[in-house]
Amino acid sequence: MSDALTHLSLGEASERLADRSVSARELAEACLARVAGTDDRVGAFLRVTAERALAQADAADRRAAARDRRGPLDGVPIALKDLFLTRGVETTAGSRMLEGFVPPYDATVVERLEAAGAVSLGKLNLDEFAMGSSNEQSAYKPCRNPWDLARTPGGSSGGSAAALAARQCFGTLGTDTGGSIRLPASFCGVVGLKPTYGRVSRHGVVAFASSLDQVGPLGRTVRDVALLLGAIAGRDPRDMTSSARPVDDYLAGLEGGVAGLRIGVPREWFAGGVEPGVEREVRGALARLERGGAALVEISLPHTRYGIGAYYLIATAEASSNLARYDGVRYGLRAREPRGLAEMYAESRRRGLGAEPKRRIMLGTFALSAGYHDAYYTRAQQVRTLIRRDFDAAFERCDVVAGPVSPGPAFRLGERSSDPLQMYLADVFTITCNLAALPGLSVPAGLAGGLPVGLQLVGRPFDEATLLRAARALEREVGPLPAPPLPAGAA
Amino acid sequence: MALSLDEVRRIAALARLQLTADEERTFAVQLSAILDHVAQLRELDVTGVPPMTHALAAGEPAGLREDALEPGLTPEEALRNAPAREGTCFKVPRIIE
Repeated sequence: MSDALTHLSLGEASERLADRSVSARELAEACLARVAGTDDRVGAFLRVTAERALAQADAADRRAAARDRRGPLDGVPIALKDLFLTRGVETTAGSRMLEGFVPPYDATVVERLEAAGAVSLGKLNLDEFAMGSSNEQSAYKPCRNPWDLARTPGGSSGGSAAALAARQCFGTLGTDTGGSIRLPASFCGVVGLKPTYGRVSRHGVVAFASSLDQVGPLGRTVRDVALLLGAIAGRDPRDMTSSARPVDDYLAGLEGGVAGLRIGVPREWFAGGVEPGVEREVRGALARLERGGAALVEISLPHTRYGIGAYYLIATAEASSNLARYDGVRYGLRAREPRGLAEMYAESRRRGLGAEPKRRIMLGTFALSAGYHDAYYTRAQQVRTLIRRDFDAAFERCDVVAGPVSPGPAFRLGERSSDPLQMYLADVFTITCNLAALPGLSVPAGLAGGLPVGLQLVGRPFDEATLLRAARALEREVGPLPAPPLPAGAA
Repeated sequence: MALSLDEVRRIAALARLQLTADEERTFAVQLSAILDHVAQLRELDVTGVPPMTHALAAGEPAGLREDALEPGLTPEEALRNAPAREGTCFKVPRIIE
């Protein structure tokens, strides 16, 4: 019985809490048991904060008894990518550099979820500093795809997607700099939304590339994602890149359907390299939306193929600057007994940072260095403008852009880890959305060879509501996907 | 563009990274491959195209908050994660010999 609770959607769990047919403690205990019974195989969690979760659940139950529920998230177990600062709870960003780091404050999004009464079960696995597309760059342990434990869950928010597919919690937060929410959502068969740049506060989120990073929710259903986005979106005075634009009611139009919606299908997103099973599921999803009344419009995003190049210069340049703070002075790992300050910096960074952050710091430092800055960094920013203009032109002819999330489904652990460029190419369809600062979403389209395939939807700035409505229309036809075959184990 | 080992060492020094000889060789190969891929950006004519330096569109309502006093971290909170401290200061190795 208690394991069955973990298969509810967030929305269903919330309704059960509201009619008091289940308590927050029962939900938290069911999830914790599920984590205990499955996570030795999945590896979604870096840290489970059971005691804290049960205390939060009991507090939610007391509010429910006093008829003082704070809203739909009150008492619902969720979990957080270990990139969000949590006061009093170790936060590592998946790096040895921050092993043992206990933040003195909460990220704004953590504050908002806790103010809404959500119960946090712990911190989720990720690629080190969110740099990676497979979660294999975690300095602690790999995370595995619940659909096939030999495959990656995608990255960097691998734990955030795998935990949902494994029914370990009801909603998660991730971050997306080049596809880090949408790729794992697609690989694990859940829904993931990267909001518009500026829609959600990044205060208290470990920074990777500040002109690209965005926080977003993942859930098993579109409605769950809409609920979570509503709770975290909106202006934060502590993040001056957060927009003061009013937050839409994401639930209001959710069931509105797609009649009359113009869906742009970029020919560059299907031009070679897309595996047949992925193309079949994505085209099938588009056909379903067309039968639901949407109009498919062929469009062109001519600079798509330049996205990876522009991204890996801009993102690494910003990363090289952001990660300069890890110098062993104020927090994080410090090399013992260095000979002088310069050696302390270099030795602390050598020991604390893994291969991928080092590689990206090197590339970014190169791109910003004297003699190369204009040829690489400035040119990449100019190409970024061209990519944004591609989308601006497309949105004169359509309301959303749709296509695959990635050329293939989840790949095997180890398959690409020795070739960074091959790993980067998994992001070819997700990266332009970050460069253009637009909202993007992955929703399950179906299964190919037993592995989930996501449909990607990209929208106009701040038009998350339309993405969610279109995703919901597809979900009514095809999903949510069933639970993956992962057995419940000892739970 | 092929990066030489000397260039890899120069970049590592700029980034305050201590690399092993193995890492130097690996990064020279991998970064060269990535730069070869990135070289395709040169195919594009970007004359007159302004660089996108901000991701938040101009005119987006954001702006600065009021300059008001708010509680911040106490010295004890700020120092709690310090690898080494002395009193209310972060302690570092001697800078001037």
